[in-house]
Amino acid sequence: MKKRKERIDRGIKARSGDIFALSSWREMLYVAGPRLLPVILFLLLPLFLSPYWQRVMISLAVFALLAISWDMLAQSGMISLGQALFFGMGAYLSGIINHAWGIHPFITIPLATVFGGLICTLILLPVLRLRGIYFSMFTLILPLMLVRTIEATKVFGGTEGLSGMSPLPSGWLELYLIIIATLSVLFGFRRLMASDYGLVLKGIRDNDRSVTNAGINIYWFKAQALFLSSAVGAFAGAYMTHVYMFVGMPVFALDYSIMPIASAVVGGVGSFAGAILGASILVPLSELLRGIGGLRIVLYGLCLVIFIVAIPEGIFHYLQRKYQQVERWVDVDR
Amino acid sequence: MSTDNIIEIHKLTKVFGGVTAVFELDCTIKRGELLGIIGPNGSGKTTLVNLMTGFVKPTSGKILCNGKNITRMAAHKIIQLGIARTFQMVRPFYQLPAFKNMIIPLYSPRVKQMLGGRYGDRDAVALDLLEEVGFERDAYVAYKPAGALPQGYLKRLELAKAIALQPELIILDELFSGLSLAEVASIVPIIEKLRQKGKTIVMIEHRLKELFRIADRIMVLNFGCKIAQGTAEEVMASEEVKNAYLGSER
Repeated sequence: MKKRKERIDRGIKARSGDIFALSSWREMLYVAGPRLLPVILFLLLPLFLSPYWQRVMISLAVFALLAISWDMLAQSGMISLGQALFFGMGAYLSGIINHAWGIHPFITIPLATVFGGLICTLILLPVLRLRGIYFSMFTLILPLMLVRTIEATKVFGGTEGLSGMSPLPSGWLELYLIIIATLSVLFGFRRLMASDYGLVLKGIRDNDRSVTNAGINIYWFKAQALFLSSAVGAFAGAYMTHVYMFVGMPVFALDYSIMPIASAVVGGVGSFAGAILGASILVPLSELLRGIGGLRIVLYGLCLVIFIVAIPEGIFHYLQRKYQQVERWVDVDR
Repeated sequence: MSTDNIIEIHKLTKVFGGVTAVFELDCTIKRGELLGIIGPNGSGKTTLVNLMTGFVKPTSGKILCNGKNITRMAAHKIIQLGIARTFQMVRPFYQLPAFKNMIIPLYSPRVKQMLGGRYGDRDAVALDLLEEVGFERDAYVAYKPAGALPQGYLKRLELAKAIALQPELIILDELFSGLSLAEVASIVPIIEKLRQKGKTIVMIEHRLKELFRIADRIMVLNFGCKIAQGTAEEVMASEEVKNAYLGSER
């Protein structure tokens, strides 16, 4: 007898799908639980970590921000291979401002976020008309070009980079600020993409002619999505500059382009939560493998492949489905 | 310049590589009429629509909308002037519920301008519009994912998306294709209601019988040129039209 898998929405899911008429604590917890869990984990976990792992946590948050920023672009139909451009732009901007005038990080970081986002948007504005792989190629090349420019012209410290940036006031503040920023971006972007505005952005990804046909200027909307995404990337870069108290050519490295994509793909594209989940797995994993030595990258790559082959939809989407649906095997009528 | 004409086209030509899709076409669309455009496959009907709505830029020639030159205007700006169109190939957002497909046209600056900023809940407006084109209000059908709808409903959805923009001119590109006789019969009253509201309608059709019943005027294209125009009887009596459709014996 042939069997097929049947998936049925849980009753609570069906009721809470779009109207929140929940009467019991149990049901409210069902809806709020998955949202509260990451918040509680991210806020409490650092209290139990050693200073070394607290540093890893900062790096995790940075990659999570970059992954969210990548996911934002992907949901608007732009596949970027150059998150390092956003990251590096923010890092260098806050580095230069702080190095030249000694301005406090609390001012340089917001400045670098806004202007980094603006500059990246302006740079990419001419290629917004390109679709698919053509847009991707352009974003891949840009950070590489900037690195070589800095190397060749020796501007902004050249190969040595700039050092001696002011640190953030305290270690705890340093850690919690970026955690709170990451969570705010996560929930903010999730809400944004669920709104009618987000629907227009997703519409551009699916069928841009249909959106144009509604009298909507798709390039204006794409530019806005690009600004939001690149500002988040620039924020992560600017933050990192003040954490390391150094900025140099490595901020344009391929790592900052590839790791966010890997995180988003492993975690699940299109939800932002997947991006954070992916980063929370890949960044600590990369640290754990550090002791192994030469074969580290090979093992790391192997883990990536396993994740992607086993759960191609992404871990977040897999968990979400398990949480919201009951599965059972039923006979196929013939 | 008379204001009776909503669209005036002068010597419009479009060349794609070596193919001339539209050649030195002159035509006018009168306010409030229902103009049918027919012609064999590849005669330039859809290209003409794409040119009028700015999706394709002409090689030469001029298009005026209410006396305003729109020849090189961006598509989204032309649509904001009050020209809405449907596509021959319906490509809705398949995973979204049908009524959520209406959000994007309702987000348009044109709608904001026509209805004056806030006009209530977009979802509610969407459901009203869908009811207008024949989605039964109390049935589940408007809430179904667009991918699960039958062709007839997808065409209605496409029509509703055009109506949502509050246009003066609606261009329907093969709205009836792929529909059964019964489905066509149920869409015709919707189009007639639009005409009563004073909308100008252009229909590109291969379903001649149905079109002739509702059209005021027919224009026939062949190889990008206008070969006949007039009432349905006049057009069908034309020798050139017969040749275009059936081929000539020469």
